[in-house]
Amino acid sequence: MALIGQDISPPDLHAKITGRARYAEDFRADGMVFAKLLASPMPHCRVTRIDASAALAMDGVIGILTADEVPQSETGEQCLTNHPHYEGEAILAVAAIDETTAADAIERIRVDFEPLPFVLNPLDSMRPGSPNARLEGNTRTGRELTTLKWTEEDFANAPEGSMPMPDGEGKANTEWMVGDIDAGFAAADLILDETIVHQSLTHHPLEPRSAMAYWQNGRLFIHTSTQSLVRTRQALAAQLELDIEDVVMIGDYCGGGFGSKISGSIIQQVPALMSRKLNRPVMLRITRAEENYLGRARPGMQARVRIGFRADGRITALDLFALGDGGPFAGGDQNGAANTASLTYRPLNMRFRGVGVFTNTPPKAAQRGPGGAQIIGMLEPLMDKAARELGVDRLALRRLNAPDGDVEYGPRGATLTSVFVKEAIDLGRELFGWEERLARSGQMNGTKRTGIGVGVSPFAAGSRGYDGLLVIRPDGKVQIQQGLGNLGTHSISDTARAAADVLGVEWDDVEVVFGDTSRHLPWSSVQAGSQTTHAHTRANHAAGLDAQQKLREIAARDLGGRPEDYDTSGGRVYRRTNPSQGMTLARAATRAIELGGRYSGEEFNEDLNDMTKASVTALAGQGLVAAARDNFGGQGGLQSWVVGFAEVELDVETGKVDVVHYTAVTDCGVVVHPRSLGGQIFGGSIQGMGIAMSQKWVFDPVWGVSFAKRFYTARPPGILDVPIDMQWAAVEIPDPQTPVGAKGIGEPCVGAGSAALTSAIADAMEGECLCRTPLTADVLLAELEGRAPAYGPLDLHV
Amino acid sequence: MAIIRDMIPAFELFQPTSADDAIELLIRYGEDGWVLGGGMDSFDWWKERIKRPTAVVDLANVDALKGVRSTADGIEIGAMTTLTEVATHPELLANYSVLTDAAAHVATPQIRNRGTLAGNLAQDTRCWYYRGGWPCYRAGGNTCYASAPTAMNREHAILGTNRCVAVSPSDTAPALIALDAQFVIQGSRGERLVDAEDFFMPPSVDIERMTILKPGELLTAIRIPSTWSGATFYYEKVEDRKAWDFALMTVASAMRISGGVIQEVRMAANGAAPVPLRLEDSERVLRGQAPSDQLGIQAGEVAVRDAQPLRHNDYKIPLMRNLVRRAVRGTEA
Repeated sequence: MALIGQDISPPDLHAKITGRARYAEDFRADGMVFAKLLASPMPHCRVTRIDASAALAMDGVIGILTADEVPQSETGEQCLTNHPHYEGEAILAVAAIDETTAADAIERIRVDFEPLPFVLNPLDSMRPGSPNARLEGNTRTGRELTTLKWTEEDFANAPEGSMPMPDGEGKANTEWMVGDIDAGFAAADLILDETIVHQSLTHHPLEPRSAMAYWQNGRLFIHTSTQSLVRTRQALAAQLELDIEDVVMIGDYCGGGFGSKISGSIIQQVPALMSRKLNRPVMLRITRAEENYLGRARPGMQARVRIGFRADGRITALDLFALGDGGPFAGGDQNGAANTASLTYRPLNMRFRGVGVFTNTPPKAAQRGPGGAQIIGMLEPLMDKAARELGVDRLALRRLNAPDGDVEYGPRGATLTSVFVKEAIDLGRELFGWEERLARSGQMNGTKRTGIGVGVSPFAAGSRGYDGLLVIRPDGKVQIQQGLGNLGTHSISDTARAAADVLGVEWDDVEVVFGDTSRHLPWSSVQAGSQTTHAHTRANHAAGLDAQQKLREIAARDLGGRPEDYDTSGGRVYRRTNPSQGMTLARAATRAIELGGRYSGEEFNEDLNDMTKASVTALAGQGLVAAARDNFGGQGGLQSWVVGFAEVELDVETGKVDVVHYTAVTDCGVVVHPRSLGGQIFGGSIQGMGIAMSQKWVFDPVWGVSFAKRFYTARPPGILDVPIDMQWAAVEIPDPQTPVGAKGIGEPCVGAGSAALTSAIADAMEGECLCRTPLTADVLLAELEGRAPAYGPLDLHV
Repeated sequence: MAIIRDMIPAFELFQPTSADDAIELLIRYGEDGWVLGGGMDSFDWWKERIKRPTAVVDLANVDALKGVRSTADGIEIGAMTTLTEVATHPELLANYSVLTDAAAHVATPQIRNRGTLAGNLAQDTRCWYYRGGWPCYRAGGNTCYASAPTAMNREHAILGTNRCVAVSPSDTAPALIALDAQFVIQGSRGERLVDAEDFFMPPSVDIERMTILKPGELLTAIRIPSTWSGATFYYEKVEDRKAWDFALMTVASAMRISGGVIQEVRMAANGAAPVPLRLEDSERVLRGQAPSDQLGIQAGEVAVRDAQPLRHNDYKIPLMRNLVRRAVRGTEA
């Protein structure tokens, strides 16, 4: 029975549940000291003077690391800086015998600052004469930092409460059009024109990005929390200008990342460099508030969208102008948002204009469904609004606009390997009981009004070309090497099944090796963009095939016949026509060692990545070594889908929303691990529900500092905030272009959860779309009571 | 000098076994002393390194301060009784459910297991300017950042403000006001009793304190008279999440209804003002009247009559009005 498709507990489960699992901050080393960071108290400033003499004179203080001693970057981020671009950015670090002493030492350091102008939201930096978040400009055009401002006239031309949407040259730094937007609107029977505001959100994984580093004979050993082990090692080695072989990265476990630890290597430089300077192991434990600052955030967005609909609901035109919050260093999510809108709604004509605007807020990075989750959450209620006005079924309108597998989308007509979203919509309609629930829409239950919502959400779901590596050992075990991080998605074990299934071995005979780059791991994708299920079932399938071929050759050599006469399963390689004629994998492994060459890893395919080659060489002679690159090829990109359906009850006297029920249906190809898939769908959807309902940033606009920096103020959703009554299903149609048929799933669930709620809440508000997140009780109650909203229509971080 | 957070500075820890010893220690250390109950408020302050006591008096070993006891005229709850114990106590559940409801709505099960009733009452405000170490009135400074025209004050007060606009975060306070509870305060000169609504310090009197407790004094017990045992109760807390959140608004009430008429009523709200408010105007509207939704609307209107919203908290006006209305509606025959 194939392992793909079964519920199999991951190998690290017991360690995690019993607390035996050791995360980065659990490690200790002889002579280890603790580092603490001195952080910027203001959103933009220059450090003019540092006097650390009193701190360095303290008992127990071992040393200091300053911005002058770390890799420098003109335009990018440094791990320590004398020119902070956000409150909380690290300026220096102090090491001491314990954290209490290090913290006391930080308080004795005198730092003089020159405050600089700051910007907290993109639109404010588009006003004529407004400050830029960076001295070099407010946006990035190509590789250059430039200044892009709109005019007074641009602002004056915008209707009251709407974001400007200026035409002409130089108003955006990304612009594309497919079709003819004016013709699209001319063909429309209904045109919506809406301003939308999406907040920024810290990733807030449970485990902060702590790290401990030490050096031995010029090699860096670093314990970290990262999503992507071998790629983070590569990133850190490059930043520190080290040979990659001189970095040993240990990250057996990662307590969540959501995109914030794709590498997450910047702050890892601090313990690495401090340790080199002091010649002592250095632990840097990151606190929750520090994680809020350093730990990355989803870029918020201020945007205006005009959408033209035909009477039947088909979208004839979609005109999106989006300002993305880039934080101090990045570019925002608006381009990805536009692509996702193009794919999800296939507008007959579409124009996108966007500016990624720098702000003096914590750095932005991809967060689970970057761009997609924001735009789907904002646009789905508008699909409902159009459906209501046109008198068409809300779900039918989505299906009408949804793509098939032959879709071409985005500015360059991107194609996909497969799309089965319509199947997911249809299955969801049935499972959710769309008609039955929709009949309750608007009904009052006491003071609670029912709302029904749906969100159709795609996201990137795979990549190609990585390496698989395994060893069949003389004890008969199949040892599968995994270079991914152990993010908690079960990728390290679930993708290994693809190799085991080719060989037909039982899971008990498989050992997965991961979590430590000294253990000879293959070149892997980053664990991001929901790539790993696809990329590494392929890579492991390739390694499985390579192993199988070698087993067949060994059997044919020893037992006669041709290699293709042999098959593998049940821990044996045997003759198809006479299964008693064969040998165990253990015997074959011994023979591989004896034969040497390509059988035992002394020789290998030239198309492997250099890192994989080094690992093969290191493993050579330990058994039958199989290593292969994913050369299966394919045409087009990968996208998976989640369609989320929600029923909510809105208390019209308090503005509180109860989520009563949630159904999610996915198109993610073949289901590798049902229980884990359910966990991904529910977990991602809940994250999306938090975006829609509670989680947020709050900044004081005058002082530029943040308030929602701890869990209880940032308000990610708790388990009581989501329905007990949740269900999921998959359409289970294999992707035709990948041997295992599986696509990734981590990300599209977020947009589905968020949009199902923004859609359902708008429904419960009798169709009133507030076009902002989060939809907290105060926002909804003000609207329900007909009171003036407490926020400007374009305000962020409130 | 530079600021660093999230690291509790060292202090001297005392763990007395009697209230008298605790008070003696608190008198010895005066302003530098700190009473530690469950720690749910204290740890945050220490982690921020903003409040830095040199001596901490941990009451965990003072057994006399723990537990729920029946008295001749009602019930007495020791100050160190955990919120979990309050929320699950059979007699409280049977006769004073407005309090058990309130206790059960505090934060999370984990916090209720550690947090104490007295701590929930005496805890400091969560105004994030003040908690962030800004030198505001309450911190001994000479301004209120939270009431600035651009300030982030969605959680702040609409009533009873006086320079400071922060609100009391206590979930149990309005329930105890509704129950006409008395608070037992022990000091070096013995014991005194105060009514629940008088325990909290309005900023107009002393802007730097949340309660009337003076240095060297302990809140040792809460006494609930039997007056309201088995009355008609209402409690509602509106918060952003269903757990681990401070209230945007709470309303608690106790009523005696007979012959279709509200004979007696006590009602209180929190999240509206710097102190938990007894809603005496609403009580007057209700007393002697037959409960109806119309009456509830009137009671709600008078509750918010003097409300003055800040930039971001206008919603609290309809919210408070509606919760008062619901308290009355819940009693309709």
